[in-house]
Amino acid sequence: MALLEIVNLTVDFATATGSLRAVDGINLTINEGEIVAIVGESGSGKSVGMLALMGLLPWTSTVTADRISFDGQDLLNMTEKQRRKIIGKDISMIFQEPMTSLNPCFTVGYQITEVLCQHFGGKRKSYNKKAIELLNQVGIPAAESRLNSFPHQLSGGMCQRVMIAMMIACKPKLLIADEPTTALDVTIQAQILELLIELQQSHGMALVLITHDMAVVAETAERVIVLYAGQQVEQRKVKELFDNPKHPYSEALLNALPERAQDKLLNAIPGVVPGQMDRPKGCLFSPRCNYAQELCSEEKAPLKDGILCHFPLDLSKSRKPKAINVETG
Amino acid sequence: MSKQLIKARGLHKHYSISVGLLQPSKNLKALSGVGFDLYEGQTLAVVGESGCGKSTLARLLTTIEEPTSGQLSIDGIDMGNVQSKAITKQLRQTVQMVFQDPFGSLNPRQKVGDILQEPLLINTSLSATERKQKALEMMSLVGLRDEHFHRYPHMFSGGQRQRIAIARALILKPKVVVLDEPVSALDVSIQAQVINLLVDLQKELGLAYVFISHDLSIVRHIADEVLVMYLGKPVEQGPGDVIFNDPKHPYTQALLSATPSTNIKNKRQRIKLTGELPSPIDPPNGCAFNPRCQHANKSCTISEPVMDTFGKSQVACFALDEGRI
Repeated sequence: MALLEIVNLTVDFATATGSLRAVDGINLTINEGEIVAIVGESGSGKSVGMLALMGLLPWTSTVTADRISFDGQDLLNMTEKQRRKIIGKDISMIFQEPMTSLNPCFTVGYQITEVLCQHFGGKRKSYNKKAIELLNQVGIPAAESRLNSFPHQLSGGMCQRVMIAMMIACKPKLLIADEPTTALDVTIQAQILELLIELQQSHGMALVLITHDMAVVAETAERVIVLYAGQQVEQRKVKELFDNPKHPYSEALLNALPERAQDKLLNAIPGVVPGQMDRPKGCLFSPRCNYAQELCSEEKAPLKDGILCHFPLDLSKSRKPKAINVETG
Repeated sequence: MSKQLIKARGLHKHYSISVGLLQPSKNLKALSGVGFDLYEGQTLAVVGESGCGKSTLARLLTTIEEPTSGQLSIDGIDMGNVQSKAITKQLRQTVQMVFQDPFGSLNPRQKVGDILQEPLLINTSLSATERKQKALEMMSLVGLRDEHFHRYPHMFSGGQRQRIAIARALILKPKVVVLDEPVSALDVSIQAQVINLLVDLQKELGLAYVFISHDLSIVRHIADEVLVMYLGKPVEQGPGDVIFNDPKHPYTQALLSATPSTNIKNKRQRIKLTGELPSPIDPPNGCAFNPRCQHANKSCTISEPVMDTFGKSQVACFALDEGRI
């Protein structure tokens, strides 16, 4: 049975200029011990979708879904109090900016033991040993003396390690990492990704990795979900997606990487993700799509085999030049 | 041969840091012994982790700060001998800078038009209509539309803001542009748009770039020359293709292997780099990289290696000198 099952999740925000749909009908199933990546540009609803699951969105938001179940429990029809027992314990989340997601007023040790007290009760002091153990586990040298450090005394990579230590303190079944390495250097990024995978394997937890970097996906995940403007446009195995992307947006994201460039110019995706005001009538990606036809800007794209597109690509048949591909679809 | 725009030899920058009352202040060596040449139309990439002195180098090149020692000449003028303020002012126009964070580097209370006109207002004696004309020209050059002139920075996306920042840097017609991690705050797709713009502008205007970054996949794409730094010291320097195809210094090798790749089929053996950059206030003895280096031995902890020529690149490493790698 799936660990987490989300069916048709939609998030709307009430803004001064009307309602804004940030997430539009996402379906997500995550099995135990699996690494799934969620990819998309900023504004594609990656983080909002996961924050909705965690119940961390502000009151201006409306979250609707046909079904959200975690480990057999229905998260949707649960009271706040019941939900809080699961969130932070069985599902936990790491955020993008390690420097700002730790509280600057409290020591590292305080913040780690706080999580444990909250979920297991007992005195804070009694968890000191456990906290040292956790810091050792995430590779912080001289863990004992670090307990009394404040976040500003640590580097970005160290802060992210502390965040991870806090989040794995209760041995969660599902860890959501929201761009955990975007703010970090490449060498530290490699270390943190390696640590996350190591923990995922040793604890047998499922890992959801939110990122906009396709290269990170290639290095870590097994399955990938591509989001665009709140919609789920493709859901595939990583290897299949990289060999043979079916949705034009997935292909465009891959081609935008410097290592796939043919000459001095990169294959940029023109334009930006549509906002509240300039949402296209038909397929949301049509204004930026290389393969768009008349139909694309008229009608919403249908969902076929997990791909949201009028004319999915098929590179396995033949790799045709773009101009011809437009006609054949 | 195209014109030499920057000549740097043995640049040092030390800061004195007070560590507490009644204690002697300590010397922080932010930059030691950096030297390079930059020619018209070329891109020099400066690579390294945060804290390696990349941004200090940028501050020296833009003459925001003066080097503690070493020789720096910009556009043929030696910075050490400049007496008159007029020449300093002119040099500052020659070298302009684009910053990392497009959300922080633009004044939220200024309209785009005012942001672009401000450098002209300070440095030139153009009339208001001429200034506006120039600003509009520059906007179309970087792909902004005329109607954006009266908008505020918050009305733009990250990529567009970085375009504004690039336009502001170019409006004084500089010869050298220092790009301090210009795309690291942007999404991959927008990153490609901005990089393409930079490549186009370089071709069109013959600009020289100093491209500071820790993302090696972009550096590989854009750089002619690469300078790899570690804790304020250059460790490897040479033409881009040589450094990327045949990295010699263990640190360069580790950096390259840490960069994620989309090539799923043949995954490389990763060189694991443990630990983090040591503090520049209290650097390790000998080679600064020795605590994290897998090839380090005793000689690495005693004295500092110097840059030696290996083929087309220059490398500072004892293990390489002694033939241990």
